Amino acid sequence: MSEALDLPAETRAPLLHDHERERTMLEDAAGQVLARARAGGADAAEVSVSSSHGRDVTVRLGEIDVLEDARDRGVSVTVYIGRASGSASTGDLGEESLRRAVEQALAIARHTQPDPAGGLAPAELMADRVEDFDQWHPLNLDMNTLIDRARAIEQAGLDADARVDNSEGASVSANAAIGVYANSHGFVGSGKSTRFGQSCVLVAQDASGMQRDWDWDDQGRYDRLAGPEATGCKAAERAVRRLGARTAPSGRAPVLYANEAALGLIRHLVGAVSGGNLYRRSSFLLDAQGKKIFPDWVDIVENPHLPGASRSSSFDAEGVATRKAPLVERGVLQRYVLGSYSARKLGLQTTANAGGVRNLIFSPGQRNFEQLLAEMDRGLVVTEVMGQGVNLVTGDYSRGASGFWVENGSIAYPVEEITIAGNLRDMFAGLAAAGSDLETRRNIHVPSLLLEAMTVAGQEG
Amino acid sequence: MLELATHTLLDPAGMDSADLERALGRLVEGRVDLGDLYFQHRQNEGWALEDGIVKSGSFAIDQGVGVRAISGTGTGFAYADAINMPALMQAAGNARAIARAGQSGTLPVARRVEAPALYASDNPVDAVDSASKVDLLRTIDSYTRSLDPRITQVNVSLSCQHESILVAASDGTLAGDVRPLIRLDVRVIAEQGDRRESGNAGGGGRYALAGLMRPEAWQHFADEAVRQALVNLEAVDAPAGFMKVVLGPGWPGVLLHEAIGHGLEGDFHRKGISAFSGRMGERIATEHCTVVDDGTLADRRGSLSIDDEGTPGARNVLIENGRLTGLMQDKLNARAMGVAPTGNGRRESFAHLPLPRMTNTYMLPGEHAPEDIIASVDDGVYAVNFNGGQVDITSGKFVFVASEAYRIRNGKLGPALKGATLIGNGPDVLTRVAMVGNDLALDSGVGVCGKEGQGVPVGVGQPTLRIDGLTVGGTQ
Repeated sequence: MSEALDLPAETRAPLLHDHERERTMLEDAAGQVLARARAGGADAAEVSVSSSHGRDVTVRLGEIDVLEDARDRGVSVTVYIGRASGSASTGDLGEESLRRAVEQALAIARHTQPDPAGGLAPAELMADRVEDFDQWHPLNLDMNTLIDRARAIEQAGLDADARVDNSEGASVSANAAIGVYANSHGFVGSGKSTRFGQSCVLVAQDASGMQRDWDWDDQGRYDRLAGPEATGCKAAERAVRRLGARTAPSGRAPVLYANEAALGLIRHLVGAVSGGNLYRRSSFLLDAQGKKIFPDWVDIVENPHLPGASRSSSFDAEGVATRKAPLVERGVLQRYVLGSYSARKLGLQTTANAGGVRNLIFSPGQRNFEQLLAEMDRGLVVTEVMGQGVNLVTGDYSRGASGFWVENGSIAYPVEEITIAGNLRDMFAGLAAAGSDLETRRNIHVPSLLLEAMTVAGQEG
Repeated sequence: MLELATHTLLDPAGMDSADLERALGRLVEGRVDLGDLYFQHRQNEGWALEDGIVKSGSFAIDQGVGVRAISGTGTGFAYADAINMPALMQAAGNARAIARAGQSGTLPVARRVEAPALYASDNPVDAVDSASKVDLLRTIDSYTRSLDPRITQVNVSLSCQHESILVAASDGTLAGDVRPLIRLDVRVIAEQGDRRESGNAGGGGRYALAGLMRPEAWQHFADEAVRQALVNLEAVDAPAGFMKVVLGPGWPGVLLHEAIGHGLEGDFHRKGISAFSGRMGERIATEHCTVVDDGTLADRRGSLSIDDEGTPGARNVLIENGRLTGLMQDKLNARAMGVAPTGNGRRESFAHLPLPRMTNTYMLPGEHAPEDIIASVDDGVYAVNFNGGQVDITSGKFVFVASEAYRIRNGKLGPALKGATLIGNGPDVLTRVAMVGNDLALDSGVGVCGKEGQGVPVGVGQPTLRIDGLTVGGTQ
């Protein structure tokens, strides 16, 4: 089946082609909200307005599975009456709807209690210029182009190995988004970005049973996406290599987190040093600023100005100017991850992390993945963790896992239905090596990480 | 319900049934097997207390219409975040991109779907004023703090949702529903010496807020959160390895949701990618096990008078005396597999496509007293509270995370254990169920199920169960 669809004109037009007008409309809406909030009795207010348009296609076994045209707008406003606050949001940017949202936020602020830490971020910290980080690369891609690409991805995967005999589909998406943030200090900042994505989920089968795995890519420019064959073949390879998985020997063993799984460890670090968990005393890293939590060779830096990255921005979710800043240097935690609210709760200054971290980068090591396997000699490679078994209050860590058992420095067989457990404090301190294979497609860039030892449990004694 | 939903969703835009027909007509130009329109209006209100003050509150309105056209197993989908005729016609035009050229469909006469209302249509956002909600949170805070001096942090949150939906489909379906949903959560931190631990409890459902405002209701959550935190202060490292596990009643039913439930959703069977594919009628559990998915329980969080495709909610037997007897279906997958939809077509919102999803999933009770089940275990773990779970539906491997558990030795409960992941294999875990308790309980109403990025409220339940072999992910 390869006939082109007779597409309605709407599904062929460029995404957000009238983006300058859309941005003006969003800025007008933001201005309207702030003005209404002040008129309604607010002492201060802040507002975020966004608009996005995307196309998403999924093909399964060569047939079209889903064609989606996704258009979203949204506005959220927070008002402050004295030190009390109220928030409201809506998906409709009509005048009447904006008026109601402001009224609702004001009504709520009249019932919440004064919070000494509440309010906007300090005016003097607002970003004074908004830079362009090379995030806008619009391209007129109609549904048929996306469908052809999805078919090519899936077909490459199905052809790659005879054991790949089923598919959950291949998807390709294109998206354009504009966002505006404004507050009553007079700050107005906006940004626009394009994203292009592709993924493929394949199923492999042999006498041992059925296994599923996937591959994906996500880029700000369409021409930077991995080739369709690369994604399809990688998905096939990943599904096939899981066939015949069995449980692993129980006991203490070194664990090599492949970069895709290592990401989670650094996310837990970010969670534990985030202001919300710190002032709630819900972190195992209370009072860790200035302390050594990793070995000497670990450096982690945040670069909110990385060109082309989806999260890059001159200002954070409160308008505060962002800058490149280390999080961990020579193993020592340099700072927390704070917005202005948690900063005030802790008696510190915001780190321009309202809305989270932006492009956090774990400095890669010198050795490639095979060299790390050789260094580990015998142990477990983890490619996937399952479940929510991370307690940030205590650092206790217990997850389901799958991956590979390693003997004599090379992969012996795939494993599944096992658990790995330890405490994050010990796991961080016990990092033995980082690979050279930095994974850069997500907001946190992490290489594969080798841990000295964890408790592995499987069905074998 | 249909009148109420029409009043909320169509009247403000000056739209009526003729407009629905016009949009459906646009949708089925060309070869389309099923087209539907899903109108939704949802209000959410949330209040949160921390450090002794109600410091934040939020209000959200989301409304819009999702338009879907199905041709074979292919779906065209578009949505608009405003409800009016031009937006609806534009979305219908985009959704029908999926349709091949061919004979236009004809529309049957609209057929109202009648289903018994399982919950009151009262709006929990409006029915109680803001001042009373704020007072409730403050009262809960002072009560919780008074329970034990080791409690150093208390967070209380209340969320109220009121949703109206209307479904009109080219198969003649015309249905509406009005759904309340409330939830109260208490989270505490307890400190003693160098140790710090948390405890959580909460609940709710599709009922009026008055139900949660009764002191016996919220005091139970506060007592539970504090009790769990204090138990955790004494917890010792959990064992690591393959052993017998006794699961307590109620929320540990998350086992069934992960190990069995997802693998019995129709889309995975239509595609042949579930670990249970092709096993209908086979024995997949011991004869003590009968598992149902039941959307028809009054007031429950996972219940649906009608699902999001206008099919009445139903009680479906998934496993009967150990044999696989039923799947959960939405319209697309039911059509493709030549069976009837089962009332499990659910979507997070108008901006998401319907999928086969669970409602309230639980195991029917057996005959054993829970204390006899614990007494029957020489060496194992008794787990009574969980943090949720996850499953790989193709390999069948699932995890769920115990947040309160105890060691069992020689039939007696030993010390509390730190949280640990339990991992097993869905297709064989129920073949290891050796004893089923007589104490069926449903959870308190906190479950959220995620699938393909869509979250929907669900319920779970079970009696006490003894499973002869699960891998426990401790450190000892």
